[in-house]
Amino acid sequence: MTALLQHPGYDEEKLRRVAEQLPCREVQAGLLLSLMGEPQQYSYPSIFIYGHRASGKSHVLHVLLKELELHHATVSCVECVSVALLFEQVLLSFFGCDAASLLPRSPSLSDFVRIYRQQPVTMETSSHQTVVLNPVVEDNVTVILLSEIVWDKFRPNTGCFEPLLLHFPDYSKGELQQILSQDRHPSYSAEFYSSYINILLGVFYSVCRDLRELRHLAALNFSKFCEPLEEGKVKETDTHKLWRNIEPHLKKAMQTVYLREVSSLQWEQMQLMEEKEAGALRGLSAHTHVELPFYSKFLLIAAYLASYNPARTDKRFFLKHHGKIRKTNFLKKNEKTSNHLLGPKPFPLDRLLAIFYSVVDSRVAPTASIFSQISSLVTLQLLTQVSHDDQLDAPKYKCAVSLDFICAISRTVNFDIVKYLYDFL
Amino acid sequence: MSGDGYKKISNSMDITWSSVKSIIKKWKVYDPHKRTISTVEHGGGSILVWGCVSAAGPGSFVKVEGNTNAEKYHQILEDNLIQSARELRLGRRFIFQQDNDPKHTAKDAQKWFKDNKVLQDELNRKILDSLLDFTRKCSSARQHSDWASQMRANEIPTAALVLGVNVPDHDITFQSLSELLHQSVTPHVASVEAKECGALKHLMKRVLERLMDTVVDDDEEEETEHTSTQLHKSVNCSLSALCDWYITKTKKSSSGTPGKKRSSPAEHERQQQPPVVIIFKDLEAFNPRVLRDFILICSRYIERLPLMFIFGIATSPSTIQRMLPHSVSSLLCIELFQSLSCTQHLATVIDQLILTPQFPFKLNAKVMQVLLSIFLYHDFSVRNFIKGLQLALLEHFHSQPLSVLCCKKKEALLNVMQLSHRDLERIRQLPSFKRYVEKQESQEQVNLITDDSHLKETCRKMIKGLHKYHKNYYPILKCLHTLTSALPRYPLGKQIRELHLTCLEKNVWENEDYQSAMKLLKMLAKDDLIALLQRCGEILKPVKSKKMKSTAFQLEELLTKFKQLDTVVSEMAPSEEDSITSPIKNLQKKTDLFQLQKTLLEMNETRRSKKLSPFEILRNEALEFIDSLVKSHLSPPESQTLHEVCYYSSSATVRRHLNATPRTSIQAALSSPYYYLQNENLKTEDGTVSNAAPDICIAYKLHLECGRLINLYDWLEAYATVVSAADGNDPDSDGYGKVDEVKHARFIRSVSELEFLGFIKSTKQKTDHVARLTWGGC
Repeated sequence: MTALLQHPGYDEEKLRRVAEQLPCREVQAGLLLSLMGEPQQYSYPSIFIYGHRASGKSHVLHVLLKELELHHATVSCVECVSVALLFEQVLLSFFGCDAASLLPRSPSLSDFVRIYRQQPVTMETSSHQTVVLNPVVEDNVTVILLSEIVWDKFRPNTGCFEPLLLHFPDYSKGELQQILSQDRHPSYSAEFYSSYINILLGVFYSVCRDLRELRHLAALNFSKFCEPLEEGKVKETDTHKLWRNIEPHLKKAMQTVYLREVSSLQWEQMQLMEEKEAGALRGLSAHTHVELPFYSKFLLIAAYLASYNPARTDKRFFLKHHGKIRKTNFLKKNEKTSNHLLGPKPFPLDRLLAIFYSVVDSRVAPTASIFSQISSLVTLQLLTQVSHDDQLDAPKYKCAVSLDFICAISRTVNFDIVKYLYDFL
Repeated sequence: MSGDGYKKISNSMDITWSSVKSIIKKWKVYDPHKRTISTVEHGGGSILVWGCVSAAGPGSFVKVEGNTNAEKYHQILEDNLIQSARELRLGRRFIFQQDNDPKHTAKDAQKWFKDNKVLQDELNRKILDSLLDFTRKCSSARQHSDWASQMRANEIPTAALVLGVNVPDHDITFQSLSELLHQSVTPHVASVEAKECGALKHLMKRVLERLMDTVVDDDEEEETEHTSTQLHKSVNCSLSALCDWYITKTKKSSSGTPGKKRSSPAEHERQQQPPVVIIFKDLEAFNPRVLRDFILICSRYIERLPLMFIFGIATSPSTIQRMLPHSVSSLLCIELFQSLSCTQHLATVIDQLILTPQFPFKLNAKVMQVLLSIFLYHDFSVRNFIKGLQLALLEHFHSQPLSVLCCKKKEALLNVMQLSHRDLERIRQLPSFKRYVEKQESQEQVNLITDDSHLKETCRKMIKGLHKYHKNYYPILKCLHTLTSALPRYPLGKQIRELHLTCLEKNVWENEDYQSAMKLLKMLAKDDLIALLQRCGEILKPVKSKKMKSTAFQLEELLTKFKQLDTVVSEMAPSEEDSITSPIKNLQKKTDLFQLQKTLLEMNETRRSKKLSPFEILRNEALEFIDSLVKSHLSPPESQTLHEVCYYSSSATVRRHLNATPRTSIQAALSSPYYYLQNENLKTEDGTVSNAAPDICIAYKLHLECGRLINLYDWLEAYATVVSAADGNDPDSDGYGKVDEVKHARFIRSVSELEFLGFIKSTKQKTDHVARLTWGGC
């Protein structure tokens, strides 16, 4: 294993420690090392590393830079909302507060370079603003960019110095097994934990290859796995019995914990409870019912109708004497596609209110609270405002609820919405 | 214009801020004399203008920027209306204050409001407590170092607090929540709202500001004068700054109390590492991108900074899944907390504030109805309901001089003695009092009308009677509700407030539903009935009045009878059989057809009457007892003499203040300008507009006479004719009805104002025409 990380200029001992901490990523680590060269050599100015979530990108870099004692700064670009923050963080981690405080209030790149000395830099990034950095700082600096997205998406249109692209492939099942087996519970043997991981991967590997998530699931369910062991029913080696015990449990976990229907804390509590009681705990998506005031319900229904019916059909649905519009004329041939497939269409406020007044049974005064309810629905994200906020004259909205939701709502007010929908005519 | 005219309009009108402003300006010019606060507002989805106009000049005038929601609207209502009401009416109130000593009213109202606050806290107690438990548990879980929790350490504990769609109420909940957190869990609590966090930078800034209690540097803003540079200058908008701050803070606090030894090390540990709680008040309104980034950043720091989130959710918890991708929501450890539904909340408020004899101030049926319909139809907001109550209270004490008697019994009796002659005259004018007088004998009538001191004595009796009535009314109401709410299909309503409303409106026992409820009650099984009666007894027991004590006693007796029934039944059974069998024996003896018929009929009769088992007899007795209670105590308040003192009845005022109608106001202003301007010249017969009316009113009136398309030139000519008449020109002279430049300009201005108000718009069909946008009789 260590043979892979032979590199001149670094201490053997350190390299061995690095290799120990980086299982299944020896190739990538070796490649990186050779790219950076020996400590005194000039290294390649920029490297772009990409790969899926939890494929060991930052871990590899972190271990390498730390163990080999390379001077580095790690910056998250999500966090750096402005260039100033980015500069400050870099300077801060290289030289401490003194250098960082030298930065003027709104620093430019030249300010940064002025303060800058020389050391290698690594950056973890998901946006392209740092790319500009490398040609300017004329020093032994390597900018290492980490991302889940391919380089093509970041390439600025003005052109720039192309970094070396390095891909981190996903871990295979065997590799996952090897890595997961490493964080074993201190009071159990390594083989035992490894067999547990094996069972876990058997259940979850088909839906999830995210190492972080798997690790989380492993930790959550381990106590359940050990249960028969604690009770003294089975021995550590009796894998089959253990499997029979844990398998249905893991399947349940896949539906709840993995989808975050139930938090890990609640899951742990559930494990302590009896089987029957556990059923009472409902996930997040089980609560879909929304209580709304009476007129808000009708406003929402009106918005839904306005969004999914063509405007010219309003006459037919909402006028008592709509004249001679026959169904055959009325259904145009080219409108065969369902409006529900096309999604909601924007409608003006006038139309919403006109439909609202004809849908509500009682006579409603156009009071200020009706208007304010519309805006409340917008803040609740049941409606979305399509036009810009500044447009005072004729604001346009879209209805943002599903058919199921609106059916449930209209049932509570005894309104048969399907009768009024053009698609279901 | 008729009041319903506007309802026929199918198009809504768009009113812009400037047009409303111009109208307001005009009102100012004409110096209105109307003595009420009239409201003008528009909420066409994007702009809301709030203002009030009265003789004292316009009240505070507010333009609300951007989009408004219910919460904002009611904020304005709260800040503006009641404030203005107080300011503008202070004068009159003051005169009134000299007449009588009103200290008690103020005191009463204060107590009422205070109870409100306590009540709010009580209602939220349960959910807040569970939330606090959650935070404590989370912060203590961090300190555990066992294997499982270490593996889980990088999750951010999150509480999803589902509060319902009554957004205006949420503020109170969050306020008390953060106060409680401050007191018992952690000093580091920051709450943010969506509207102040449009971008990640702003969110970060708000969080840091609120946690660190300092002004955080921002690139765009000028540097504030911080002399202690080293700390503050490095305070930049990033979580790492927060981290440093937190570490120094916790170190300081632990080193600050080195001498005192904590009782337990765990306690000490928690003290050292209090969690940092960030409350997102309205999760739905947040930009998902901002939230996502923020959570990602936070998860990077979770090892150093014990963060905790609380999400305030108005709709349903699935919003979280809709807003956050799996990669982000997997960073959170979400636990769900569901608050009471708002209807339950309302029921408690009504129970504590309205259905109690504790507060002398009452609402009559109509006002109650208005408040309830606003709640159920419009906003679901308990806070606004309470606001409505407060408004009614304010109005009552202000507009009804006799409200001086609306207070605790002792004080009221004292106040009766201090009534001046004018007040006594007012009492004599009260309809309920007049009715009372008519019923008296002639000598007594004269005495009541002429003798002040005699009237005072009678008033004292009446006040006592009124208080007694209240004392008995509510327990009996609750009893009736417990009995009827158990019935299938709830003939008298599921909620007690519905029953209360029917009782307020008229004699409840004349109600059809009441009859059917009684019939259903007569069919109740024994166990059910006993259980219900027992519950009634429990309601009646704590009541202190004599009458209620005796009724409770009677009820007890009934119950014991029911219990004895079991033993009695076995003894009764044989004798019953005897009576049934005897006619049958007779039947066999006689063969006469007529006799037979007679005996058969008799038998039928006896069987029907005999069918009543002792339980049934007792049941009927019990129900008759209940019925008599209802008839004696649940009569509507209108039947009580002097009810005007305690009952606020002006539902129109409440409706106007709480549920304003912008379009009606505008149309009222246009069709009858006298309504707002109060200028004698403008006073006209029904349906016409005076010549002297403002230009826009004339143009509006003329446009009503046109069809869908209006010829502008014809309109102009008609306008010029009307205006010339107003100028007092001789109808026969040359210039009469001629269009000069000034008239032309005035006409154009009023037409464009009408366009602003959304009555007309330009049309492409004919160039010299405009299209009319409103229809119907307005």
